[in-house]
Amino acid sequence: MRADPAEYRLVSPGNLQAVLSLMAGEPAQWLPIAGGTDVMVLYSAGKLPNRKLINIWNIPELRQIEVFPGRIRIGAACTYTALRTHDIVSLEFPLLATAASWTGGIANQNRGTLGGNIANASPAADSLPALLVYDAELTLISVRGERRLAYRNFHSAYKETALAADELIRDISLPRRFSEYVSHARKVGARNAQAISKVCLAALGRMANGTVQDVRLALGSVAPIPLRLHEMERALTGKEIEPSMIDTARKSVMKEIQPIDDIRSTARYRAAVAGNLVAEFLEKLATERARA
Amino acid sequence: MNPLPEMGVKCEVLFTVNGETKKLLAHPMERLLDVLRNELGLTGAKEGCGEGECGSCAVLLDGMLVNSCLIPVAQASGANIVTIEGMSAHALMTPLQEAFLECGGAQCGICTPGMILAAVHLLEKKPEPAMADIRESLAGNLCRCTGYMQIFEAVARAARRRVAT
Amino acid sequence: MRSASLQERHIVGVSVPRKEGWNKITGAARYVDDMVLPGMLYGATVRSNVARGKIGKISFDPNVAWDDFVLVTAKDIPGKNCIALILDDQPCLASQTVNHAEEPILLLAHANRHKLRKAVESISIDYEPLPPVHTIEESEQQSTIIYGTDNTFKSYLVEKGDVDAVWKEAAHIVEGEYFTGAQEQLYIENNGVIAAFDTEIGVTVWGSLQCPYYVHKALMALCGLPEDKIRVLQVETGGAFGGKEEYPSMIAGHAALLSIKSGSPVKIVYDRMEDMVATTKRHPSRTRHRTAVNKDGKILGGEIEFTIDGGAYATLSSVVLSRGTIHAGGPYYWPNVRIRTKAVATNTPPHGAFRGFGAPQSLFAMERHMDRIAQVVGISPAEIRRRNFLKRGQTTTTQQVIREEIDLNHLLDRALELSDYAAKKTRFAKENKEGMRKKGIGIAAFLHGAGFTGSGERYLNSLVGVEAGADGNVRVLVSSAEFGQGTNTVLCQIAAEALGLPYESVAIAQPDTTVVPNSGPTVASRTAMIVGKLVQSAAKGIRQTLTKAGFLGDDYTPEQFRAACQEHIAAHGALKSYARYEAPGEVYWDDEKYRGEAYAAFAWAVYVAEVTVDLTTYAVTVDDFVALQEVGKVLHPVLAAGQITGGVAQAIGFALYEKVVWQNGRMMNSQMTNYIMPTSADLPPIRVFFEELGNVHGAHGAKGIGELPMDGPAPAIINAVEDAIGVRFLSIPLLPEDLFEALPPESHEQDVPSSARGTA
Repeated sequence: MRADPAEYRLVSPGNLQAVLSLMAGEPAQWLPIAGGTDVMVLYSAGKLPNRKLINIWNIPELRQIEVFPGRIRIGAACTYTALRTHDIVSLEFPLLATAASWTGGIANQNRGTLGGNIANASPAADSLPALLVYDAELTLISVRGERRLAYRNFHSAYKETALAADELIRDISLPRRFSEYVSHARKVGARNAQAISKVCLAALGRMANGTVQDVRLALGSVAPIPLRLHEMERALTGKEIEPSMIDTARKSVMKEIQPIDDIRSTARYRAAVAGNLVAEFLEKLATERARA
Repeated sequence: MNPLPEMGVKCEVLFTVNGETKKLLAHPMERLLDVLRNELGLTGAKEGCGEGECGSCAVLLDGMLVNSCLIPVAQASGANIVTIEGMSAHALMTPLQEAFLECGGAQCGICTPGMILAAVHLLEKKPEPAMADIRESLAGNLCRCTGYMQIFEAVARAARRRVAT
Repeated sequence: MRSASLQERHIVGVSVPRKEGWNKITGAARYVDDMVLPGMLYGATVRSNVARGKIGKISFDPNVAWDDFVLVTAKDIPGKNCIALILDDQPCLASQTVNHAEEPILLLAHANRHKLRKAVESISIDYEPLPPVHTIEESEQQSTIIYGTDNTFKSYLVEKGDVDAVWKEAAHIVEGEYFTGAQEQLYIENNGVIAAFDTEIGVTVWGSLQCPYYVHKALMALCGLPEDKIRVLQVETGGAFGGKEEYPSMIAGHAALLSIKSGSPVKIVYDRMEDMVATTKRHPSRTRHRTAVNKDGKILGGEIEFTIDGGAYATLSSVVLSRGTIHAGGPYYWPNVRIRTKAVATNTPPHGAFRGFGAPQSLFAMERHMDRIAQVVGISPAEIRRRNFLKRGQTTTTQQVIREEIDLNHLLDRALELSDYAAKKTRFAKENKEGMRKKGIGIAAFLHGAGFTGSGERYLNSLVGVEAGADGNVRVLVSSAEFGQGTNTVLCQIAAEALGLPYESVAIAQPDTTVVPNSGPTVASRTAMIVGKLVQSAAKGIRQTLTKAGFLGDDYTPEQFRAACQEHIAAHGALKSYARYEAPGEVYWDDEKYRGEAYAAFAWAVYVAEVTVDLTTYAVTVDDFVALQEVGKVLHPVLAAGQITGGVAQAIGFALYEKVVWQNGRMMNSQMTNYIMPTSADLPPIRVFFEELGNVHGAHGAKGIGELPMDGPAPAIINAVEDAIGVRFLSIPLLPEDLFEALPPESHEQDVPSSARGTA
């Protein structure tokens, strides 16, 4: 344990307004901590630069999952376990439920939160590609009010987000229109459980009349931010899925991604696997269509 | 608990541990693991990695399995915590203890408290788990001695026995 | 109703409850970090951050109240500044130069752990860098000399027959070069000790350790204190695997020095990051084979060159090298062989003991090489082994005669049957034509010598005691440590059976050098076999004493035993019996030529691994694993199976997951997040089977088994990978990134024509 607790301040105002007031009073001074599964690791390693933390684990508004006819609204402090065990999430948003089941072991899933995953903005975070393909929308709040932001606009650069210094993520909203899509998620880590992703794919697809009507592909761990493959999606839309098309897709994934060498893996490996995962999804999409 | 303690100030934390109310003074960012071990003398939870990977610090917090090395004690305020020491009265302990002893589920024993709590957590939710459930539920508890086979067997055996009674 | 007679009371061979099991499952077991002594301080180590250099200025941040700290430097060492082991070349604290990153230089102690850690970070040390050596190849080149005259800690040469004559007769000459990487033991409990110094008593150490008497010897030299002024106790130890064989002498030395200087007890417990970067790991290795075979694949002879990276100081490298050397030829008959081996120095934290101790390294090479020979000759992996297996009456590479009736063909047959090998080979060949998942199955055949090599056991001269109390309860007195493998249980079983008593009436004393004799270190798979046999003798000695004194008949009940003890103790005082190791008559070992009876017993094994290679992710998964071994006698079925599954799991890690990432001689991935050991989600069903041929040198015919399971899985797995995709991997760990790089771009046939890999 390489940090002295006496040098840190953790306050627990217990209600949203008080949290926001504190953050507004001293912008960028307060680090919100929910489940702590990222923050506490840095802290224990003596690598947490922030000295002032504000507890948001106990804010009820952040822990609810609300279901509406057209949308589902997930409180930012909902844990991965809450996501996995929620009927609508597991039924209509399987990519998110699956990502939740990949994030650490059960003990970490009981504490890690979706909002934490987003705010921490690691490009390797498991849930983020799913949020991209599901067209997630964030509600950001501060004393100045609330604003909606399309999740695709949240990450700008490595660990840089649109979150203002006095803002919190209140909830993540997902439109309930993906039940008919073919969904596919694959995480490639160093082992089958408790692994930081080397490459992660969340994909949705819908065929009509033998061609791709809508395809959504998002990758984690291949760029400074989680990435939607917009160019590839455009190239695939309206096309029939056949072997040479899948081959082209596999090869052109490289054009949109910027994988790196790091302690876990290599750029070349990541690029190859990203291509393979996309190809695997397209093959699945073709098969499902053939079955339909 | 004082919601806005100043820097460097200990605050009073109140929670229940193994059925007993505990009131103590701690820095809010003390790790729950350290408070359990050092303030309360409950050394069953161990530090194996300090980063929530090994599960040897696992405890039950409000019925949920958590890694206590990742929890600031202030966030445990008002919680109901159960450690391995508080498990002796639990209905699952007898079948689990018997099964662990019979099957060789504990070798060096350092992962065992966390492993047993993970098993309890599973069996409370799924009294008749399949092997895949056992594997998944224990995937956050690392064991370097056993290769896991005998632990799985012990959990499966405990489940069968508990269901049979 | 007559209770079972002595002969009928079987406890050995039964899966009795683990002696200390109850404490472990209730959380009552006390490990070092669970202990607090009054007035205890915490200790920490200031370490080098360069791989090699001269120590220059040491600066202490003026903002720290240094007077509140205990500071120890090399100058404070009362005795000799070394960790006494074999060559005594490793300093306890570096004083002028450092030879590896994380080398200890200064020690600090304080009552507050947080202040202590900050103080460590407030000391900065200047170095004049010296050119470091980081690999075996660099060390061999000898352009920079960092040890002795030639960077070599030790070398061996084993010769048998006339190798130079066989090349011209060979139908095939097969060459291969094989590599294994460093591996971290990763016991879940980090290294830790508490030391307390008292001018009357001397130094007392409580530690997480395997060898109390190793620590005792090292502390005598370091502290300049006599034998009776050092006391070492082993406390409950959370895994060791060799990682707590020699290393504890270092951490105990540090705590002792701080305690001597401060007059207070001092606890040093590493966190995971420090334990990973600073302590010992498995020796990396390189093996080169050049083998002459006839047209039928029979080995005519060969040359084996085996080199291990010892790190910066000699420590145990000569012994690791020894074992690697002796096992290099595998379970095969070599009519002619030359085995040249060496341990070289690099500027790395010294590598050390880890389960298998050199054998997993040289056996990886041997078993990969056998598959290569099979390919060249054009026969199957099973057949090449059959044609070369050792048989009774033949000699090993060190010319040890195999005296037991071991039938390796039978072992192979059985392993193949248990793993459904033939059917799977056929099925996989067909299924692999399509799809992105390729399956393969691979074999490894091997042996593991138990006990110390050659005259090693004679040198250890182990002594064991058994004591009986007036209540009829018995205590086993050994320095053998329990760290999960079942020492306590097995030795109590043996004593109980020897005495005809219930298992419950036998206990084992905590290893405490003031209480127990030196039964040798808990290493080398020697405890059940050698120490167990001595426990048996000592226990029988109690019976003999009581019988001779007329207090006990030849057959008796436990109650009669109790009464006899009571009487004897009343008449004669404490009732103890000791047994000392006696070398078996026919042991012949030449330490110069490295020839003769290397080990009292070999255990034999054939393992079969079934894998899937996923060509989407390039990951290898082990789907099924059969571990079949001949072990003399299974003393405790559950414990024995547990040893095998645990060892196989570690070896799967060795083969596929556990990579140490080095940069400038320092481990970069020193956290569990980035040093990957298999979780429960990664391991296959590991199916364990035993055969028992007995062993005259072991208790109840037992052979050592603790290290055996480490030797076979890695080559079996890599053989299986080659079977699956036809690529010949020569180096472990084999990570998906490595597999990916080895596949040619136009490679794998897939029925789905999207066959080109992603470009990069």
